[in-house]
Amino acid sequence: MSTITVVHHEEHAEHPTGIIRWLTTTNHKDIGTMYLTFALIMFFVGGAMILGIRAELFKPGLQLMNPEFFNQLIGVHALIMIFAALMPAATGFANWMIPLQIGAPDMALPRLNNWGFWLLPPSAILLTLPFTLALFGIGDGALATGWTFYPPLSIQGGIGVDFAIFAVHLLGISSVLGSINIIVTVFNMRAPGMTLMKMPMFVWGWLITAFLLIATIPVLAGAVTMLLTDRHFGTHFFDAAGGGDPIMFQHLFWFFGHPEVYILLLPVWGFIPQILETFSRKPMYGYKAQVYSFWGVGVLSVVVWAHHFFTSGMPVPALLYFMYSTMAISLPLAVMFFCWIKTMWKGSMSFETPMLFTVGWIILFGIGGLTGLVLADVAADAQYHNSYFIVAHFHYTLFAGGIMGIMAGTYYWLPKMTGHMYSEKLGKLHFWLTAISFNLTFIPQFFLGLAGMPRRIPDYALQFAEFNMISTIAAFILGLSQLLFVYNIVTCARGGKKATAQVWEGAQGLEWTLPSPPPYHSFTEQPTVK
Amino acid sequence: MQVLKKIGLGLAAMLASLNAFADYAWNFPEPVTPMALDTLHVHNKFMLIAMAIFFVVLAIMIYSIFAHRKSKNFKPVADKAPSTAVEIFWILIPFAILLLIDFVIMGVPAYHSVIMMENTRDKANMVIKITGSQWRWQYEYMDGDAQGIKFVSNLSTPKEQTDKGFAGTKDGNYLLEVDNHLVLPVGAKVRILMTSADVMHNWWVPQFGSSRLAVPGFIRETWVQVLKAGTYRGQCKELCGKGHGYMPVVVDALPAEEYKIWVAAKKEELAKASIGADREWTKDELVANGKTVYEKNCAVCHQVSGAGLPPAFPALTGSKIANAPIFGADGKYLKDSHLDRVLNGVRVMPSWKALLNDIEIASVITYERNALGNSMGDVLQPAQVKTARQ
Repeated sequence: MSTITVVHHEEHAEHPTGIIRWLTTTNHKDIGTMYLTFALIMFFVGGAMILGIRAELFKPGLQLMNPEFFNQLIGVHALIMIFAALMPAATGFANWMIPLQIGAPDMALPRLNNWGFWLLPPSAILLTLPFTLALFGIGDGALATGWTFYPPLSIQGGIGVDFAIFAVHLLGISSVLGSINIIVTVFNMRAPGMTLMKMPMFVWGWLITAFLLIATIPVLAGAVTMLLTDRHFGTHFFDAAGGGDPIMFQHLFWFFGHPEVYILLLPVWGFIPQILETFSRKPMYGYKAQVYSFWGVGVLSVVVWAHHFFTSGMPVPALLYFMYSTMAISLPLAVMFFCWIKTMWKGSMSFETPMLFTVGWIILFGIGGLTGLVLADVAADAQYHNSYFIVAHFHYTLFAGGIMGIMAGTYYWLPKMTGHMYSEKLGKLHFWLTAISFNLTFIPQFFLGLAGMPRRIPDYALQFAEFNMISTIAAFILGLSQLLFVYNIVTCARGGKKATAQVWEGAQGLEWTLPSPPPYHSFTEQPTVK
Repeated sequence: MQVLKKIGLGLAAMLASLNAFADYAWNFPEPVTPMALDTLHVHNKFMLIAMAIFFVVLAIMIYSIFAHRKSKNFKPVADKAPSTAVEIFWILIPFAILLLIDFVIMGVPAYHSVIMMENTRDKANMVIKITGSQWRWQYEYMDGDAQGIKFVSNLSTPKEQTDKGFAGTKDGNYLLEVDNHLVLPVGAKVRILMTSADVMHNWWVPQFGSSRLAVPGFIRETWVQVLKAGTYRGQCKELCGKGHGYMPVVVDALPAEEYKIWVAAKKEELAKASIGADREWTKDELVANGKTVYEKNCAVCHQVSGAGLPPAFPALTGSKIANAPIFGADGKYLKDSHLDRVLNGVRVMPSWKALLNDIEIASVITYERNALGNSMGDVLQPAQVKTARQ
């Protein structure tokens, strides 16, 4: 990353080099780069786990692993993808882009920022260590309850559960620290003239995400702590025999878990209009409507949690309330989709890699959203719940809606970050391979779910064989295509065609006024926004 | 090479299976209860609406992608915010359409489905209780002719087929067959009380359209009314540990007459099974019977050989518990003894009190102490188990 240290103000350039630089850095770009690198590594760790699972599910029968190990892989795959890949990726972009986009020299709380990042590697180690310990005969492997920790299964589980609980604590602290930093930065460090209603959409997305994190992470931390005391200190929060209730855990978990979906998605929703306006060469449509929709989704997201466990049994009025409030989320989302398509409409579009990913994102996330609307129906949910239909649905929202959005953002800002252009040819190839193999992986899973295949089973009845085979083959293509992504990023960081400050013809916003790559300390003189 | 060969085989299988897709389920399986029928209607309707929205929006977007591109020299036309009342009206129309779709076109039928699904108040023709446990279902008939019938339903797919690396032909109902089917009369509204003995399970038959979580310590309700005779298969739908994929649900729906015959036969069978609970059994009898019980119920964790899967599932061969006395000086069974473990369970080990009868418990304990590499030489009589239960 030596390319980043092209320095305009020599007096600020003094910083340690080598490993000490990265351990002690308080620079928002360095920390952003570490977050993004960490996320990319963990994306492959989580991906390798799921490829193991897909290989096992290639045909009926047990071929590669026993059911215990299978159960460990599914849960750790989810925790890693959510907490160690998608969330750090979004935080990495926040670190890099929020100061650039609001015209600030750095994040408001740089030391906190450093700490926030360095909590992540230990928690990733905590999550995966039980796998290694089991090889040496200590414990029986990682968390085998799925990522949702439902008791009493998690109370039965081995040391993997305890490791995962502590990992979640650390990840939670890291997220809350990051959120505090972002809120303080956004409220205090905007350039003169940049009112809240002039902030870029990405900053808006993150601001709401930060509030959601602060509101919900403590609930998760509390719930898993109660689980810990149930496991080891004789409490009975989730044990009916002692007056507790296992369903209470589901309420607490999903009070965090549902907003978490939007925590993962809101930053990405911020990318989309910015990329669209750049490559449509016209200002985005309905900025205010989108900001209000972000707020709408943010508020609704904390009042719909119980739709994740309709089949657990609840009073009819509760079922109806959670059904209708869930359906209501489609209203702000529809406004956003309308604004995004209207931004494209009568623009002068070109389709570089970020734009391809964005258009693909809109279509695929649309499928995720619409199947979500159908899932809100309580009666039909009795069929969809915990079947492969739901697996397909949330991968449309979180892989297509999350990770593909992150990829769009990566290609969009990579030239700004590194100062070099990436290979457009490889980028486009990466997009097409990803989009096609993603659909081939998950469309069969919709049909598997409708036909009655439950999720989280290591072996299945013969009637599910064909679709599983297609899904596995496509999943391997999807996984391998991501190597192109890494190759493209690494070659781009190392060199290549120099990027201009503007990078994209239609790009708008403060980050494009700085040279590419930006100086080590951005905006030493405050820009003014009209 | 191996990999290429595998992919090649996979692709060949894909092509070959295109024919099979003709009768492959692309939608929910055929509904056989009023609830499943309603669910299918709601699902079809909602899917059509969702697809219509999707394709209309996609079409607009694709048109724009082809018409409004730089390579065609299309000059961007800046948007202006709606200012007049007419323009604002037009913006609000899609919003109104969506409100209508969400809360009227979808909302009203969804409301009726929920009310129907949760209507467990109407007089039911019969009541059954389903208890999930790791990893089997227990069924109990609570009233009517069948009152008192109670049995456990275990996976009956041969174990070698589910073993790792099995390469032979699998049964047609691989993983979807059990030893004792739940039998229900056609047309009767059956109220189902659902609970669990250990962790959460979810009793699900896709063709019934109902699934309900079995929560330990609580009773949840649902109902089914099977309208068509036949055998229906489903699976547990809530991750419940390593055997989650191995606890299927199989229900036979029989016409009223045949159901009556089944009830009589089942009662006779259960009565027969408990005969002999009071007599003295020989060690060989118990060991022989115990082997069957062990392989059906215990081998999934402790393995057929008794080697277990440590550390989660300890070995029985040489186990401290299987090689220690059961009864104390006062004639009562000891805490943490072999019998205590089997009757009451501990941590992951379930309680077998409700799942096995006296003969089965006596047999399996005697078997474990005198086989699997153990040779305690003692015998546990069914009568002793009966006393220990009190």
